[in-house]
Amino acid sequence: MTRTTRRYGRILQVTGAGVAALLALSACSSSGPDSGGESAASARAGVSGTVNVFAAASLTESFTELGRQFEKEHPGTEVVFNFGGSDSLAAGITSGAPADVFASASPRTMKTVTDAGAAEGTPVTFVRNGLEIATLPGNPDRIASLKDLTGDGLKVVLCDRTVPCGAAAEKALTAAGLELTPVSYEEDVKSALNKVVLKEADAAVVYRTDVRAAGDKVEGVEFPEAAEAVNDYPITLLKDAPNAGAGKAFIELVRSAEGRKALTGAGFTAP
Amino acid sequence: MRAPRGSGTATGGAPLPLLVPALIGLAFLVLPLVALLLRAPWSSMPGLLTGTEVWQALRLSLICATAATVVSMVIGVPLAWLLARVEFPGRGLVRALVTLPLVLPPVVGGVALLMALGRNGVVGQWLDSWFGITLPFTTTGVIIAEAFVAMPFLVISVEGTLRAADPRYEEAATTLGASRFTAFRRVTLPLIAPGIAAGAVLAWARALGEFGATITFAGNFPGRTQTMPLAVYLALQNDPEAAIALSLVLLAVSIAVLAGLRDRWMTAS
Repeated sequence: MTRTTRRYGRILQVTGAGVAALLALSACSSSGPDSGGESAASARAGVSGTVNVFAAASLTESFTELGRQFEKEHPGTEVVFNFGGSDSLAAGITSGAPADVFASASPRTMKTVTDAGAAEGTPVTFVRNGLEIATLPGNPDRIASLKDLTGDGLKVVLCDRTVPCGAAAEKALTAAGLELTPVSYEEDVKSALNKVVLKEADAAVVYRTDVRAAGDKVEGVEFPEAAEAVNDYPITLLKDAPNAGAGKAFIELVRSAEGRKALTGAGFTAP
Repeated sequence: MRAPRGSGTATGGAPLPLLVPALIGLAFLVLPLVALLLRAPWSSMPGLLTGTEVWQALRLSLICATAATVVSMVIGVPLAWLLARVEFPGRGLVRALVTLPLVLPPVVGGVALLMALGRNGVVGQWLDSWFGITLPFTTTGVIIAEAFVAMPFLVISVEGTLRAADPRYEEAATTLGASRFTAFRRVTLPLIAPGIAAGAVLAWARALGEFGATITFAGNFPGRTQTMPLAVYLALQNDPEAAIALSLVLLAVSIAVLAGLRDRWMTAS
């Protein structure tokens, strides 16, 4: 009884009473009784067991590749990814989800984790991501700059301000002194991109990595104001990591030359 | 109109094997709601709900859910009649197809709608090139997405009522010289009105809470396509308190409307 009380007390303390009800849900979905005894034993034995990595959705392609590599280098390990919006991942971690590593798409979301005392050590920036304009294949509307997006009759989608890509796009537009009315503020970067992939919109402001991942379904256009809205991606080991040893090893791989190669191949830039 | 007194409503002596799961069921459905109320940021509520976007979203939600219900009734009731009253080969298959939107994840429904009615869609490209009509990113698009998801509820409800209704009344009317359409309009329709009302209420409630198909097909723009569930979802990204406040407004309004309708129409069924 006292144990559960203490646990809930901690959750409440960490997340604030107002959101605990909502967060309990995400904690449930991601927790699952990870065999604590086993991973503690394996941490002593070196790198083995399951590594739980919570990572921003934009890292899906590159981290999945690195995960496979990690499993090959460390036989007996399994990397389990939870890709999602950085905000909801951070919320899951602060409410007690058993994760080893957190890689976020913005310092702001990482800050909610460090503020809650859930990070082990100081997070480090491991890559940067920048904005690009995604246009239809062949760029039929001849979009060459951010200003071209404000043209009449062009259907442009942006991310909503509440999600990182929307905040970044707003920063770039402000830096350019432009006023842009999109047809839609999308709920995340992938759905913004998909509107162009499905040819429903003529252009979207998304991350360079998303343009890269979409292959020839969209065409990327770089613009100078993107420099005003570069996103840093911090990564950290978590304090309550069930498998800290393997978590640390995964972070090392991400920050190694090999990891850098996989990430820059996906369109990220080195910090 | 109350249910007739008698064995059906006898109080006292509800057998435990029924009572216990019934109460667990009730708690299961009500508890999350109670939790939402308990954790609601009551003191900061007025501040959270003063923005015009909130009322804009609520207004749009009510308009679109109602329009989607009307659309569902206009084409859904005849569809239910066809399924219940006309024998044709493959009727079972058609019935299964009608319920498809019920099992389809709404986001997939939204993508399917884009592929059918989008600017580049199977039908949509002709709408665009012949009439200059594009549906994505418009309020009409919201209504279409909501109707797509909500109509099966109405069709199933009405079809069930039709099957339970005695077809001999219709047959008598046609024997007496009424056309089949007149018999439907003057005899069948009044007979199944409670079933239509119940189906319409279900469809309305489903349309009001619709999120996935709407945001995928119609996008999200305040005042045009941003309904309450979309506003709630986006608020949840960085301000959970605002999201709870918005959800409570939507809940309060829908409970008020549903309770009002129930008293008026549904007690007979």
